[in-house]
Amino acid sequence: MPTAASADPLPVSDTRAEAIQVEDLHKSFGTLEVLKGVSLNAKKGDVVAIIGGSGSGKSTMLRCINFLETPSSGKIVIDGEEVEMNADGSPANRRQIERIRTRLAMVFQQFNLWTHRTLLENVIEVPVHVLKVPRAKAIARAKELLERVGLSDKADAFPAFMSGGQQQRAAIARALAVDPNVMLFDEPTSALDPELVGEVLTVIRDLAAEGRTMLLVTHEMKFAREVANHVVYLFEGRIEEQGPPAEVFGNPQSARLKQFLSSVA
Amino acid sequence: MELTLETLGLAESAQLLSLSAPGWGANLLRGLANSLKIAFGAFGFGVLIGLFGAYGKLYGGPVIRDLLAIYTTVIRAVPELVLILILYYVGTDLINKAAGAMGYGRIEISGVVAGIWVLGIVQGAYSTEVLRGAIKAVPPGQIEAARAFGMPPIMIMWRVTIPAMMSFATPGLANLWLIATKDTALLAIVGFSELTLETRQAASSTRAYFTFFLAAGGLYLMVTLCSGVVFGWIEKWARRGQPSLRGGRG
Ligand SMILES: Nc1ncnc2c1ncn2[C@@H]1O[C@H](COP(=O)(O)OP(=O)(O)OP(=O)(O)O)[C@@H](O)[C@H]1O
Ligand SMILES: [Mg+2]
Repeated sequence: MPTAASADPLPVSDTRAEAIQVEDLHKSFGTLEVLKGVSLNAKKGDVVAIIGGSGSGKSTMLRCINFLETPSSGKIVIDGEEVEMNADGSPANRRQIERIRTRLAMVFQQFNLWTHRTLLENVIEVPVHVLKVPRAKAIARAKELLERVGLSDKADAFPAFMSGGQQQRAAIARALAVDPNVMLFDEPTSALDPELVGEVLTVIRDLAAEGRTMLLVTHEMKFAREVANHVVYLFEGRIEEQGPPAEVFGNPQSARLKQFLSSVA
Repeated sequence: MELTLETLGLAESAQLLSLSAPGWGANLLRGLANSLKIAFGAFGFGVLIGLFGAYGKLYGGPVIRDLLAIYTTVIRAVPELVLILILYYVGTDLINKAAGAMGYGRIEISGVVAGIWVLGIVQGAYSTEVLRGAIKAVPPGQIEAARAFGMPPIMIMWRVTIPAMMSFATPGLANLWLIATKDTALLAIVGFSELTLETRQAASSTRAYFTFFLAAGGLYLMVTLCSGVVFGWIEKWARRGQPSLRGGRG
């Protein structure tokens, strides 16, 4: 399937709207400094792959963007709107961060579907209760989305009875249901049995092809190279190298990235 | 011969227990109704306290946490009978003092309300611990997902945490309910006419101790059996979405 997003070379200067701007993000857990000043820009339609070794701070960075984790300092701008922060980095305006979160949708490594709700109920939960979409409309949309991820016959099943791949596809449908401006994926296939990885990657690949803005933390290098138009390599809380996938994977500059790529290959 | 005696004995018991005078059955049933009213109210009040208590213990500031620790420790350490006497007399005394200060006369406090208040406070301490454990057992990812999608805290509590913890809380709450039904008997000591007091009165007026206490025991047993069925349904509902532990049968 030809993909529009990955076929386009990234223009040096383009006029697309900014989707996510992260400036000089720092995060410490106690005395452990996990992010040491990370800056990152994603424009509308970008697919940014974030790669790096275990413990390099990939998840922490992603989780700071929607304030699941409280940054220690830095600036985060979503769709041109800066998140108001207290001196300690916590969101200063609960309403604002809740509103911004509804425009970001996160897909977790462990799926995190609500286990007491069926797949359909999971998908309509946020539209109905947070976004106040009329229930009938939300259900119709949820059915479309479940169909799209190949789960239309499982709408009334509970997550615990599904395979990991099915759960993750449902989680993607749940994320799509809020019609997000940006999707955040944190290693969406790492908890899956190898034979189930493909079905989830196929769904994500489709999303990239339709021009969804995505930040994707992944260990699937081949996949990152294929779908991303920008790759960021994190090493010990700093961006060691970044650029178009052809550059980062094809012609890595830093010794650490070279070593990392050879270790995961 | 023996058979007729037995039949006669039973006939006598049946007469004593009959619902219309001179039988005492209606008194017993009125006592049971009062017991259930109090048990129900106290259990509900206790769960409400428990919900606040559990959230306070988990997410409250240091002062709230300390106060709650004192509450749950003291209530669970002191025998219930003593607590009931203290709470009942202190409670009625305080209310009357307050009423006196505001220029009202003595207030007659309804036994049901007093019973609910006293037992509810006792139940609340145990509920706090049951619910705190249940909330902690909810996988953090469930709550994290709700936060990530912009749910406000109260909505997370109602839509995610409470439904998700139900399956962990029901066994403990079922126990508390049974304890509540039986603790109502302790209220006999403050002269509240629940099932046990009614039974004692019926028994001492007729000298048929065995008949009446056996009947009361039967009523308590029936309450327990019915509760078991109802909590079975609740637990089944709360565990929807979780594969059966027994495997294959569910
Ligand atoms: N809540 C936390 N408290 C303390 N330390 C934490 C916490 N979360 C993460 N860390 C630490 O921060 C560092 C970065 O963690 P992070 O999860 O961001 O790494 P990662 O790049 O996502 O790694 P992985 O590929 O294993 O998922 C690790 O050393 C981790 O132990
Ligand atoms: Mg991670």
